[in-house]
Amino acid sequence: MINFRYVRPTTRQACVTALVSDPTAQFIAGGTNLIDLMKRGVTAPEKVVDINALTLRSIDKQGSGIRIGALALNSAVADHPMIRQQQPLLTQALNAGASAQIRNMATMGGNMLQRTRCHYFYDTALPCNKREPGSGCGALEGFNRIHAIFGTSDRDPKTACIAVHPSDMCVALVALDATVLVTGPNGERRIPFVDFHRLPGNTPERDTNLERGELILAIDVPDNAFARHTHYLKVRDRNSYAFALVSVAAALDLSNSTIRDARLAMGGVAHKPWRLLDAEKALVGKPATEATFRQAADIAMQGAKAFEHNAFKIRMAPSSIVEALKTAARPA
Amino acid sequence: MVIQASNSTVMKNRTFSVLINPGQAPPQAGRRDFLKQSSLLTALALTPSTVLQAAETVLGTEGSPTAENIPVVIEINGTSRSLSVEPRVSLLDLLREQLDMTGTKKGCDYGQCGACTVHVDGQRVLACLSLAVMMQGKQVTTIEGLAEGPERLHPMQEAFIKHDGFQCGYCTPGQIMSAVGCLREGHADTEAEIREYMSGNICRCGAYSNIIAAIEEVKKGGQKV
Repeated sequence: MINFRYVRPTTRQACVTALVSDPTAQFIAGGTNLIDLMKRGVTAPEKVVDINALTLRSIDKQGSGIRIGALALNSAVADHPMIRQQQPLLTQALNAGASAQIRNMATMGGNMLQRTRCHYFYDTALPCNKREPGSGCGALEGFNRIHAIFGTSDRDPKTACIAVHPSDMCVALVALDATVLVTGPNGERRIPFVDFHRLPGNTPERDTNLERGELILAIDVPDNAFARHTHYLKVRDRNSYAFALVSVAAALDLSNSTIRDARLAMGGVAHKPWRLLDAEKALVGKPATEATFRQAADIAMQGAKAFEHNAFKIRMAPSSIVEALKTAARPA
Repeated sequence: MVIQASNSTVMKNRTFSVLINPGQAPPQAGRRDFLKQSSLLTALALTPSTVLQAAETVLGTEGSPTAENIPVVIEINGTSRSLSVEPRVSLLDLLREQLDMTGTKKGCDYGQCGACTVHVDGQRVLACLSLAVMMQGKQVTTIEGLAEGPERLHPMQEAFIKHDGFQCGYCTPGQIMSAVGCLREGHADTEAEIREYMSGNICRCGAYSNIIAAIEEVKKGGQKV
C-alpha cells in the first residue's frame, strides 16, 4: 500500500475541508472496502480523512420514521430492536451481506459508498473505465457472469461499464423509500435513495450523485405498513459470505390476501440498486397469488439485456422476484 | 465465484504486503524477551510530552505534512502500549511484524478468510482491514490474551481441543476469536445460525462440523465468554 497522510478532524466542517483541500483525499469510516482497494492499488489517496471522531452513530425515532447515523455499524443497525420490529427488510438485507466481522466494522455510509466487485475494476493490469476513465471495459467482451442486465453502458468502448453495485443493504433502502442526508462545501441537502446511486452513462467512474467533498450524515427510513410481509432473497454461488448474483427485496402490505401496497427492488443486476416501480404498480389491488407475482416479474424484466456469460440472470431474476414475493406473502 | 476469481490477485500481491513492515525481532530472541525490549525502547523513544504534541498535530485538520509515523496508544491484551506506526500499517501487521505477536494469522490479507479475527473493544473484527493508527485508545484482544491467565485456557479453546475443531490449525486463532464473538452477540442458538454467523471464517481443512460442536458445547455450558 502506498503511504498516505492520516488526519482525524473532530467536526463535520473540518472533515469536509480536509477532503476538499486535497484532490486525492478520501474519507475513511470502517475501512473494509477502502483498505482492500488501497492494498490492491485500485485507489491510492495521498490523504485519508478519518471521520470516526464525528458523532453520527445513533439510531433514533424521528418524526414518522427512523434516522440512522451514517457511522452506525451494519451489525448495530441489523440487531437494533426498533429496526428488527419496524424495518425487518433492512435487518434481513444487512445480515445477508458480508460476514459478522465485517458487519461489526462497516458503517451505513461506507456500505453505500462501497465500490463494485467487478473483476476488471479490481485487476489493475486490465482496462476499466470506472478505475481509469477511457481505458476500456474488460468485462464487455470478457468474463461477464456477475455483471449487469439493466441500465448498462455498452456502445462506446471509452465509456462502457456493465458493473453492478454490490450492496445488499442498499437494495432494501431503495425499496423502503429512504432518504440520504448529506453535508458538503455548499451546506446540507437531502437525496432520495433512488437518486443517490447512478447509472454509468458516459461517466462510469462516478458511482453516486454526491459532489466532491460531500459527507453522508444520516439515512432516514420512513414508517411503513410492510413489517409483517417482507423478504430479502439473495441468490449466490455459496450459501453465505458471497456477493449476490441476483437479490430481491420484497415488501407487501396485505389486506385479506389483497395487495394494498408493494415495494420491490433488485440487487446484482445494475450499476445501482434497482427499484421496480412498474412491477410494484402491477401488484397493487391484485390478489397475492403466484399468477400476480409472475405478471409483476415479467414487467420487471422489460428492457433486460444479457451479455455472453450472464444470460442466466434473465431467467434467475424473475424467478427470484416470484420466490421473494411468495415468501413475503406468507402469514407473518 | 467471487473468491475464486480474485485468488490470482491475492497471490500476486501477497509478497507486497508482507514486505511493508519487515519483522524487527532478532531471530533467536524469544517472544516474551522481544516484547519486553520493544516496550522499553518505545517508552524511551516517546516521552509523554512528545507523544502529546505529535498527537495534536496529527489529529488536527491539516494533519502531518508527510506520511510519517504516528504515535498511538493501544491497550493490547490488557497492557497499554505506546507505539509509533506508519498510517498504512494494518493492525494485523502491527501485531505480527512490530510486536511479534504471531498468534493472529495472516491468511488472505483482504478480508476474505477470517484468520486475522481479533476483538476490538469487545467486538470481533478483521485485523487485516483495520489501520493500526485508527486503534488509538481502543482495547485489542488477540488469541494470546483470550484466556484469563497462562495456566488456564479459555472455555472456547478447551472446547476446540476436546472436539478436534481443527486440523492444520492455521485458521484456528481466528475461528476461536470469532466463535467467542458469535456467542457474545447471541447468534449461536441453532446450528444453522452458528454456520451463518461463522461464515466469515474459512477452514481449508473442513473442520466445520467439529468447530460447530465446540461452539454448541460452550453455549450449552453457559460459561461467561
